[in-house]
Amino acid sequence: MPEQSVHDYYKTFPDERGHFGPYGGRFVGETLMGAIFELEQAYEQYRNDANFLAEMDKDLSTFVGRPSPLYLAENWTAKLGGAQIYLKREDLNHTGAHKVNNTIGQALLAKRMGKKRIIAETGAGQHGVATATVAARLGMECVVYMGAADVERQAQNVYRMKLLGAQVVPVESGARTLKDALNEALRDWVTNVDDTFYIIGTVAGPHPYPAMVRDFQSIIGRETKQQMQAINGKLPDALVACIGGGSNAIGLFYPFIEDESVAMYGVEGAGHGIETGQHSAPLAAGRPGVLHGNRTYLMQDDNGEIVETHSISAGLDYPGVGPEHAWLKDIGRANYVSVTDDEALAAFHELTRTEGIIPALESSHALAYVSKLAPTMSPEQTMVVNLSGRGDKDMHTVAAMAGLKF
Amino acid sequence: MSRISQCFENLKADGQTALIPYVTAGDPEPWVTVPLLHALVDAGADIIELGIPFSDPMCDGPVIQKACERALKNDVSIKHVLEMVKKFREKNSDTPIVLMGYANPIEAIGYEKFAELAKQAGVDGVLTVDVPPEESTEFRTIMDANGIDTIYLVAPTTSAERMATIASFARGFIYYVSIKGVTGAAALDVAEVSEKMAQLRELTTLPLGVGFGIRDGKSAAAVSEIADAVVVGSTLVRCIEEHAERMDELPAAVAGLLAEMRHAINARDLASA
Repeated sequence: MPEQSVHDYYKTFPDERGHFGPYGGRFVGETLMGAIFELEQAYEQYRNDANFLAEMDKDLSTFVGRPSPLYLAENWTAKLGGAQIYLKREDLNHTGAHKVNNTIGQALLAKRMGKKRIIAETGAGQHGVATATVAARLGMECVVYMGAADVERQAQNVYRMKLLGAQVVPVESGARTLKDALNEALRDWVTNVDDTFYIIGTVAGPHPYPAMVRDFQSIIGRETKQQMQAINGKLPDALVACIGGGSNAIGLFYPFIEDESVAMYGVEGAGHGIETGQHSAPLAAGRPGVLHGNRTYLMQDDNGEIVETHSISAGLDYPGVGPEHAWLKDIGRANYVSVTDDEALAAFHELTRTEGIIPALESSHALAYVSKLAPTMSPEQTMVVNLSGRGDKDMHTVAAMAGLKF
Repeated sequence: MSRISQCFENLKADGQTALIPYVTAGDPEPWVTVPLLHALVDAGADIIELGIPFSDPMCDGPVIQKACERALKNDVSIKHVLEMVKKFREKNSDTPIVLMGYANPIEAIGYEKFAELAKQAGVDGVLTVDVPPEESTEFRTIMDANGIDTIYLVAPTTSAERMATIASFARGFIYYVSIKGVTGAAALDVAEVSEKMAQLRELTTLPLGVGFGIRDGKSAAAVSEIADAVVVGSTLVRCIEEHAERMDELPAAVAGLLAEMRHAINARDLASA
């Protein structure tokens, strides 16, 4: 049970300045403050606007393919011998992951705000592809910042973005990965603040991004709730999702936060093992600090410098985490755990062979935890795991682990 | 009166514009910084802005990013930066020092501890570029209690209403960011800046500094026409980068660049006196 009542959670968090307890907030240079207020105002105006919501629903239905199915993994459930395991099939969305739920929402907002140019950061390239996709459709200029190391690792997604008409800018500074791409996108935004909309891909960044991205992703949890009611007539007992920045997890969790009977598990990337320091699990092994516009748990050294992270999955390879997860951890409403690269890879193969579904390496972290959790639960209990993306993009990584090369 | 306010009073009495160089502490090597600061003062610096290196300097352009990376290669932390200030103070007790950096390294030490150490070292002001006034109430209160000025930024995108709020929080001087962009990005437009200066002067009696986009004597002199202080950073840091392999020549080279700006500003100050 939570250490703190979540009875009034939705009314209370975030506060009007975007704080979840001590986390979140707006930590950006003064030049961006105006743009952030402008965005907040537009979001407040449209989030309950019937026309805006109708347009978004239509896109989610006819362009993305929602609602995504809730699939009972019978073979895997039988094999693990515990709770019934349902997979929320975000992998079946157009572009192959949950990321598009958010880019659709933000792009429609950008259009209403009269912005002509869209920028984004990307790690594995999934958010970049989802952004380039909506930009192509709306006829907007699109620039995607990507760490130079990720550009090399994710050549196929880079090409997809280019096909969609986006300009992909390799970022050479720092560790040349996702956090550096975020820095560079913020630098672009501050320079082109008048005509540019920055589509952040996760529930991080300055307020209102964490709340806005969460709202766009909450379609995952809302559908899950309805689908579980329709199938079983009751709420699930547990929810499981992987956590990089945490957008797929918060999307699943959020509509259940005040339903205290539902346990929540966020699964971070333990990389080579938490004890090695080579991981991407700030909630497990970091401490609070300020980065990329918000206060949250960060992987940092004693001097407050951000340290390099490691995960087999590029989408989890980030030193921070959304501020709302930091808060849900502190109040004890959600449990945060971690699994290693090896455990995730084993789960990747397991699901592929038992259910005929090839999951993304990110989602495989959630699956690895399911394989630990399900056997501890009874067959009458149910759990939903967010299958946040499909594994097509990871073929070369998994093949390389097996010593193969395309 | 704080050392920063005293400095501006003195300059005002002499009809002079303040010149504020920025360098990143520990760039390219920790031992260079203190001799460099003395050389900058000799070349005409009135206040020094000393950058605290950070791994993710999101408000800075490539020049200062690389300076941070060079400093961090030697693990230069806030504690080292404060030791540098202390050492500088052994020979200089007049020139105000403003630390400029990002929130996280300061949060890692803790506000109270940081304020105590900074005061002991002889720091006069602190500017955290990624902490707007809304998020800095606690920080400002602690700095105030320790007699350290919290310096705030005003940008071209700052609304009139916000300007008034910032003016009410500001201590020491107000730093106007002359362009939309990161440090070292583009040249500033003096007419545009002038308009904002006039707007700010309606709201505050604090001195106004202008930074971002000042590259040489000419632009420094043009800004001194409208501002109380001229801040110059990336141009100097680029010069440091160029001398990273010839560090014995570095302080003189950087000081030479600053001296050029000093002369241009002085000539302008004299002409308008």
